Amino acid sequence: MANTPLKQRGIAREGGYLLEIVKGMGVTFSHLWKNIRQPENRRTVAYPEIRNPFPPRFRSVHRLTRHADGAPRCTACMCCATGCPAGCIHIVAAEYPDRPIEKYPARFDIDMLKCVECGLCVESCPCDAIRMDTGMVPMPAFTREDFIYTKERLLSHEPQVAPNGYRPRRGDL
Amino acid sequence: MSALLALFLAAAGFIFWQGFGAEAAFGWMLLSAAIPWLFVLNMIPPMIWMERKGCAYIQDRVGPERAFIPGLGLRMAGLIHNLADVVKLVTKEELLPKHVNRTFYVAAPMLSMAVALLVGAVVPFCHELRFSDGFVFRAQALDLNVGLLWFLSMSSIGVYSVALAGWSSNNKYGQLGGLRASASMISYETVLGLSVATAFLVHGSTSLNDMVSGQYGTFLEVLPRWGICTMPVGFVLYMIAALAETNRSPFDLAEAESELVAGFHTEYGAFKFALFFMAEYVSIVVQSLIIVTIFLGGWQPLPWNLLHHDWLVEPANAALVLRWLLGATALGAGAFGLWCLKWHRTNRLRWKDSRKNEGIVLAMMLGFGPALAALLAVLLWGGPTSADGGVFTAAVVEFSALAGKTLFLCWVFVWIRWTVPRFRYDQLMHLAWKLLIPLGLVNLIGTAVLVKTGVI
Repeated sequence: MANTPLKQRGIAREGGYLLEIVKGMGVTFSHLWKNIRQPENRRTVAYPEIRNPFPPRFRSVHRLTRHADGAPRCTACMCCATGCPAGCIHIVAAEYPDRPIEKYPARFDIDMLKCVECGLCVESCPCDAIRMDTGMVPMPAFTREDFIYTKERLLSHEPQVAPNGYRPRRGDL
Repeated sequence: MSALLALFLAAAGFIFWQGFGAEAAFGWMLLSAAIPWLFVLNMIPPMIWMERKGCAYIQDRVGPERAFIPGLGLRMAGLIHNLADVVKLVTKEELLPKHVNRTFYVAAPMLSMAVALLVGAVVPFCHELRFSDGFVFRAQALDLNVGLLWFLSMSSIGVYSVALAGWSSNNKYGQLGGLRASASMISYETVLGLSVATAFLVHGSTSLNDMVSGQYGTFLEVLPRWGICTMPVGFVLYMIAALAETNRSPFDLAEAESELVAGFHTEYGAFKFALFFMAEYVSIVVQSLIIVTIFLGGWQPLPWNLLHHDWLVEPANAALVLRWLLGATALGAGAFGLWCLKWHRTNRLRWKDSRKNEGIVLAMMLGFGPALAALLAVLLWGGPTSADGGVFTAAVVEFSALAGKTLFLCWVFVWIRWTVPRFRYDQLMHLAWKLLIPLGLVNLIGTAVLVKTGVI
């Protein structure tokens, strides 16, 4: 059909073509009118000002969770650093003098330039001490040092709350 | 543009200084030269805006809305993008490639713009203004009795700019684009001429003034005597041919980006490209003006004999019409202001800079301010009383009617572009030579028979 020259079609078909154009203009105008009437129904998001939340199970930037008293849950067991395929987690362990949980990380650095966001550290953690539910993406930086997320920074990250209040539980991750 | 504005202001000042009428003939002459160009050039930014925003809305997108004036924060729903474009195109490096033919390469964009502007010179923008001291002013740069022939000859020169641009770029894509454009423009000019010839037959004249005044009255007792009713086939043919003449989609094979990069303006950048870009919109506006003049009653505000010019120039009637128009303006502008405030309430938290005030600024500038002015004009002034005042009011009303119809047709051009996919090149030629030209010939003969038998 598309390759049939016009000469083989005849005037009646071409008249039909003109009618189809008018119909098509009706379709485009209906879209125009719909978008003028209900601009909020368009899918476009004004990005820097308005951001869609990530889906709840999206593996975003890590955070270190805390005990009720604010101390990090991490016991510096090295499960995450061992399981990490990229080798981006560096932990320096230290000991509490007076708590029943003896070990804690003196340093807990994640090199975001090496991290592949696989989530194996979250799965391997026996204490639910590291999660990837902040809803943030690793931001660009100007120096290599800025890509190394320290313990303080990871502890300061907050979890993302989905619009419906849903927060992923341990089993979901 | 600013020189034209200066010319316009100088002319207006001279007219005010000498008093309206015969003494100010020189000023009126300057004014008549400035009006068509000012109108056509001022239509370019709205056209570009309509194209971008219209296509965005048709495709369920938002379209341009980011550029804004710092301080005021006005974005005007994307109109400010035109200003940003101008800044970008003017400050860009004027590149002259080594492999081009310099003379024609530089001349082509100038020619395209000049021709596009010259074509509009014959369009009458309102009924001639007959002042009480006997002076007659025509809002028309060139009052030729062969007006439409001027239009045809000038628009056919437009082929040269495209062909020259393609050839002088010394580039395969440019050359192919230029060839395609010249072939399609020459073919569709025949269609254009055939459909215009029916207008010659119906009105018995080639002057555009005669054509407009010939469209008063009724046709077949009921229909208005507008060209679209007396020669509907000619109207459709003309619309199709006008699309091809302006190299617009679905006939924009000259710049088919999927095949030819950008066609004849592949090698052009900076302001030389801007000239081509503007010339395209100027020729759309001019084609719309000609279509309105031939087929849609020109400057007549309403079909049949409603708001007939002879009725409108009476000062009392002019005052009545003006009061209604001002009242409608006040209502419309007030509604727009309210809408802006509502928009401001829902969107004010979105921006962190001056853009957050846009709703209020727009409501004042384009909404409540004009509404108040129009309301005060209705309440305090009450309209013209002298004969010359009636003449002026009639001119304003007729000019607004022409501008409104032209704007609508420009929108139709945009609308068609974002609806219809591009033709294949052989389909384009088949359509012109094997369908439209025979149809035009039959239409011409049929119209001749109808005119001879007195139906039209």
